[in-house]
Amino acid sequence: MKKYTYTEKKDTRSGFGDGLLEAAKKNENVVGLCADLTGSLKMNAFQKEFPERFFQVGIAEANMIGVAAGLTIGGKIPFAGTFANFATGRVYDQIRQAVAYSDKNVKIAASHAGITLGEDGATHQILEDIGLMRMLPNMTVIVPCDYLQTKDATLAIAEYKGPVYLRFGRPAVPVFSHNAPKFEIGKAQMINEGTDVSIFACGHLVWKAIEAEEILAEKGINAEIINIHTIKPLDEKAVLQSVAKTGCVVTAEEHQANGGLGDSIAQLLSCKMPTPLEMVAVFDRFGESGTPDQLMKKYGLESSNIVEAAIKAIGRKK
Amino acid sequence: MADIAKLNNIATQVRRDILRMIHAVQSGHPGAALGCADFITAMYFEILKHNPKSFSMDGNGEDIFFLSNGHLSAVWYSVLARSGYFDVKELSTFRKINSRLQGHPATEEGLEGIRIASGSLGQGLSVACGAALTKKLNKDNNLVYCLMGDGEIQEGQIWEAAMFAAGRKIDNLIGIIDYNGQQIDGPVDEVMPLLDLRAKWEAFGWLVLEMDGNKMESILETMPKAKSLCGNNKPVVILMKTEMGYGVDFMMGTHKWHGSPPNDEQLAKAMSNFAETLGDY
Repeated sequence: MKKYTYTEKKDTRSGFGDGLLEAAKKNENVVGLCADLTGSLKMNAFQKEFPERFFQVGIAEANMIGVAAGLTIGGKIPFAGTFANFATGRVYDQIRQAVAYSDKNVKIAASHAGITLGEDGATHQILEDIGLMRMLPNMTVIVPCDYLQTKDATLAIAEYKGPVYLRFGRPAVPVFSHNAPKFEIGKAQMINEGTDVSIFACGHLVWKAIEAEEILAEKGINAEIINIHTIKPLDEKAVLQSVAKTGCVVTAEEHQANGGLGDSIAQLLSCKMPTPLEMVAVFDRFGESGTPDQLMKKYGLESSNIVEAAIKAIGRKK
Repeated sequence: MADIAKLNNIATQVRRDILRMIHAVQSGHPGAALGCADFITAMYFEILKHNPKSFSMDGNGEDIFFLSNGHLSAVWYSVLARSGYFDVKELSTFRKINSRLQGHPATEEGLEGIRIASGSLGQGLSVACGAALTKKLNKDNNLVYCLMGDGEIQEGQIWEAAMFAAGRKIDNLIGIIDYNGQQIDGPVDEVMPLLDLRAKWEAFGWLVLEMDGNKMESILETMPKAKSLCGNNKPVVILMKTEMGYGVDFMMGTHKWHGSPPNDEQLAKAMSNFAETLGDY
């Protein structure tokens, strides 16, 4: 019997919206900010239930980050929501000085990350945000895999003290993590134990990795799938343990190869356990308009690409 | 009734501190720090409700002061120390390795009195808006103050925050512009004219006051007036005229001392303007 399957598709941003509402019910210090994208971020329910704790800032993201940092002074737990592009690159210096360096308890909720944003094109499809956020000292970076995990992550970061970047997306994707181990910040999730290759994935690519695992199994390859939902701090122990067993690696993410999950794992392995590694990612190019499915295919982020990368990685083992 | 002579004495000592701190490491920003010495002294010794001996990051139940133009760190550190946040001896570590007194204010080393890093300009007013909103949510009736430079308000984020504060009726917030007319590259009116600053702030929905930031009497008259205007659905801003380098004759009337330290001879000359009123650190 398959361990992971799905009966419905749902967007991860709805997981954020539902998680935020629940977190706000649990803790009166949870507040929300949004830069004119309340519907897109699924923050309406929170806004409706807690109008006095919701701050519409208009199209002014730099101010939103500063206001969020200020709200923490006196004990609020602000969730600042906008598209990933405007939540990172546009406001990098504000995040760096007022949030990360000042170690403020701000949660940056970044939706519509990656190329699955679709038709709006490259101006909105950020593929560099994980790298930007991962470089900042004090910053925790989380990329959940489906609706359920995004909700769990939202609840978890409301209870965690410190700056967090939470990255999620626009399209409806399989909801499959019902049986996954409990979400814990910084703890990698074993999805499927295997012996031939370690596949580390995050976000939308976790489901693609599960699909790839089934194809690989038909070819007699036993792949280990690990969901690295927390890019930073990286669960080094889980990565090293898996790689010690399998001897080769595939990383999969909807992000540039530069600066992303793959880069992070390559850095760890090149220092502590040099291992053949193949990356499924976007290689130094911008996105473009198209449907999410078309773009995932064109940019090589499909389960078939993970299968190919796994076979290649296995072939490089000594 | 405030003791103006006492406050002026403190400001005199603060000016000595600023010059000695910046001279000792041959780096820092004496110009605007000297210009704001009277104002920051008045804030910490007369205007603010605050708890120097038991600093809390949250600042609940007290007023909060933000320094958005973080390069004025020398004057802020001196006043914080002189008002009891930390030992004045620590002023000798300014800008040195392993110091809590970073070149620009920071929270990382846990220096009492600092609640957010500043230095990269244009961010403080947004932070002040957030802190003011938290005070409202917490039903804390104390106020939030934010000092900005006039050059600094060339940054677009200031105007985002200005729009936000008025639009959200943040009326427990007082902004102060250090209106000295100078910035690194020259007079503000040449680098990027601010034109009619009063009209700009009024058009953004703020109540505007003006004061002479180098006259203790003007500060002590205007700040209570600003406080009394709070709670009327509008934020308040004060255009505070100061002179960069105020008190040191050869540093006044020019932008040249924005970010340059005095040498030994210049220090001696500058110090002759100020009596050691409270004792050097």
